[in-house]
Amino acid sequence: MIEVKNLKKGFEDKLVIKGVDATMQAGKCNLIIGSSGSGKTVFMKCLVGLFEPDEGEILYSGNDLVTMSDEEKKETRKQIGMLFQGSALFDSLTVEQNVMFPLDMFTKDSYQDKLKRVNEVLARVNLKDANKKFPAEISGGMKKRVGIARAIVLNPKYLFCDEPNSGLDPQTSLVIDQLIKELTTEYNITTVINTHDMNSVMEIGDNIIYMYQGHKEWEGNNKEIIFNKNEKLNSFIFASEFLKDAKDMRMLEVKGKIDNDRNMDELLNSDEDVLNS
Amino acid sequence: MKLFTETGRYLLMLKGMFSKPENGKMYWKEFMHQCSDIGIGSLGIVVIISFFMGAVSAVQTAYQLVSPIIPKSTIAQIVRDTVILEFAPTLVCIVLAGVVGSKIASELGNMRVSEQIDALEIMGINSKAYLVMPKILAALLVIPMLVVVSAGLGILGGRIAGTSSGILSSADYTKGLLQNFTPYNVFFAMAKSYTFAFFISSIPAFYGYNVSGGALEIGRASTKSVVVSCVLILMADYVLSALLL
Repeated sequence: MIEVKNLKKGFEDKLVIKGVDATMQAGKCNLIIGSSGSGKTVFMKCLVGLFEPDEGEILYSGNDLVTMSDEEKKETRKQIGMLFQGSALFDSLTVEQNVMFPLDMFTKDSYQDKLKRVNEVLARVNLKDANKKFPAEISGGMKKRVGIARAIVLNPKYLFCDEPNSGLDPQTSLVIDQLIKELTTEYNITTVINTHDMNSVMEIGDNIIYMYQGHKEWEGNNKEIIFNKNEKLNSFIFASEFLKDAKDMRMLEVKGKIDNDRNMDELLNSDEDVLNS
Repeated sequence: MKLFTETGRYLLMLKGMFSKPENGKMYWKEFMHQCSDIGIGSLGIVVIISFFMGAVSAVQTAYQLVSPIIPKSTIAQIVRDTVILEFAPTLVCIVLAGVVGSKIASELGNMRVSEQIDALEIMGINSKAYLVMPKILAALLVIPMLVVVSAGLGILGGRIAGTSSGILSSADYTKGLLQNFTPYNVFFAMAKSYTFAFFISSIPAFYGYNVSGGALEIGRASTKSVVVSCVLILMADYVLSALLL
């Protein structure tokens, strides 16, 4: 679990993150959403320690990343896996070498053991026969999967994904989302995803934080987000006429069911199947 | 003011390189890789420029020494000393500042822009120690070796040019090479090589490591690093000459 308390971060005179409190639960996909410039990337970079916050606490299982010594930070970072927007694979290394890199750096296992582990995680992300290929020779979706494989090869407790679906077609995006969701529940990882993709929000958003101009504007899950009454969030989520219509139709559909025999709170809290139907 | 800020950031980057390696084997592997990249990768251009530098030096010295009372062997002596004192360390290092420097700056710049450096940091690896330190150490090891090779080839080039064009005989050239040889000149050349090797590797590493933006900024960083390295090499050349000669 990651707890964030009163996090503030600014650059020169401009405060970008204005005191955010949040809790990222283990075994769940925690999504950070928001329009461009809302501070979600800065927020995530603070969480992983790439930016040092001006104020506040970032607690990894109770230990504050901000006040940790460099050695403690190094140890904490070994428990973190991250999937970058552009995958950030090392160009000069093959797929196999990329995934093996954290093992080479932090374990003393034999080559055979490392290779076995690499093949395991590559199989887990549905990538076979790509071991000897270089990043330039594989597609964007494959790069993301290699990035995920590299992020999970050391069995991290925390997984961060920065725009995991950017540049991918909707079908591949769905595959990546499902993969992240499966890994999160399978290994009980605390997953934090920074995304613009509304499909991801609806599919895997166990806990969603909406950032607006540097502060947390709304928090909830993928069931609650449809019925939220926050105007800023609604204008962000349902930006197009198509999505507005889709929301209205869903509201009418659900309202019909509510009017029959139950109220909205009961529906949200209990019957997931009704919403998914 | 900007100069002081940049100098401070440069010194902080150098300070940041010193930490316990996460895995000595991986650092050694990276160091050897850089030795090969910088040394073997630049050997071709060093061989070519050194040979012709010596040849031109012999021909032009002969052109200027018109007095019949000056023995022909003096040409070899002048070629030897100019090659060892100036051409091999300074000229070769200026060429290497372009070849090696731009490569280091663009490689690190590309890694920064494509978040590969961030990926290393997230893994808990000191990216300055893993990426910058092996480059500097490799340069400090192989660039002086290249300078030695360059000096040898320059003297050889002078011999071939001098004897093939009939300026002086092979015996005169050998005699000139052995006359009044000062071993201190070799020490001076090595002192310059180590100093320049440090600039050639650390300045581009600084500009490449701190790139922000995209492809355009990588190009700018690469160009700036070569310009700054060359200027520093020439300034250090003067300072070392004034101090050590």
